[in-house]
Amino acid sequence: MNKKNIKNNTKYPEGKKISGGMKFFLFMIFIYFIVYLFSKYLIIDALANTVMTFIKILPTLGLVFIIMIISNLYIKKGKIQKHLGYESGLRGWIFAILAGIFIAGAPYILFPLLGDLKKQGMKDSLMAVFLYNRNVKIPFFPISILYFGLAYTIIISLLIVILSVFNGILVGKMTSRIKT
Amino acid sequence: MKEAILKSLKNILVSIPIMFGILMLINLINPILSNYYSKIFTDNFFLDPLIGAIAGSISFGIPITAYIAGGELLEDGVSLLAVTAFVMSWTTVGVAMIPLESKFLGRRFALSRNFVNFFFALIISVLTISILKLF
Repeated sequence: MNKKNIKNNTKYPEGKKISGGMKFFLFMIFIYFIVYLFSKYLIIDALANTVMTFIKILPTLGLVFIIMIISNLYIKKGKIQKHLGYESGLRGWIFAILAGIFIAGAPYILFPLLGDLKKQGMKDSLMAVFLYNRNVKIPFFPISILYFGLAYTIIISLLIVILSVFNGILVGKMTSRIKT
Repeated sequence: MKEAILKSLKNILVSIPIMFGILMLINLINPILSNYYSKIFTDNFFLDPLIGAIAGSISFGIPITAYIAGGELLEDGVSLLAVTAFVMSWTTVGVAMIPLESKFLGRRFALSRNFVNFFFALIISVLTISILKLF
């Protein structure tokens, strides 16, 4: 048995595993500790901003949690495959575009939900389309118009929607080519 | 019901340390980066959009921050093309988010999507400004 097989076959007790995410979090604490030794105020500000941002995203995270429960309870694999899977056709693309525009929440909050949908059969190209259309931010239109003008805001929003389809096709092709 | 709650809770709990860690990373780097935004542009028509796209890719924040930062760059005299590339890549490319995205959607998907989005930020910037000039 080679080294790779030994590694793959090694089973650790569940409780002793440290996830990659936790390792990253611990690494960041270490970085903060090191930077703190040189610049106390930078770390205090960064930590305060982190906690404030996290508190701000908590309600959305709670909403995502509820959507995930509903999705796990009522949305069956077959339905996801039908509406957002490989046989969803034009309807799937339209659904992904509209969902991307209208579903609120930062992409990183939606990753766990999308991960669930992917397991149930959502295809990569539609996930890319959904995430790209997150950038058509209707609530931010006033600020975009204020800084860049109405014509600019309309043009860029339309381009995002149209090009999101090409974006999805390209990402889909890249991931499927790598998989095969 | 209990199974659905536990499954969803497990997914959310797994995401929290990495989400918090990424927020820590971003809030540490962004204040340092934001001091250099206006200094990194060169007034070069071809180079500035690329610089804007790179700066936007490694920056992070809620989209409204991207618009405000972009608006300030515009007032500092940076071209609209470069600012558009900056704002687009800020909102569509998330280098700092790749670990979290990889965890849930797969590394191949995360890398492909961010790679494609980087070039699309440049394409959309050029198209937006070109169309705008027609009016």
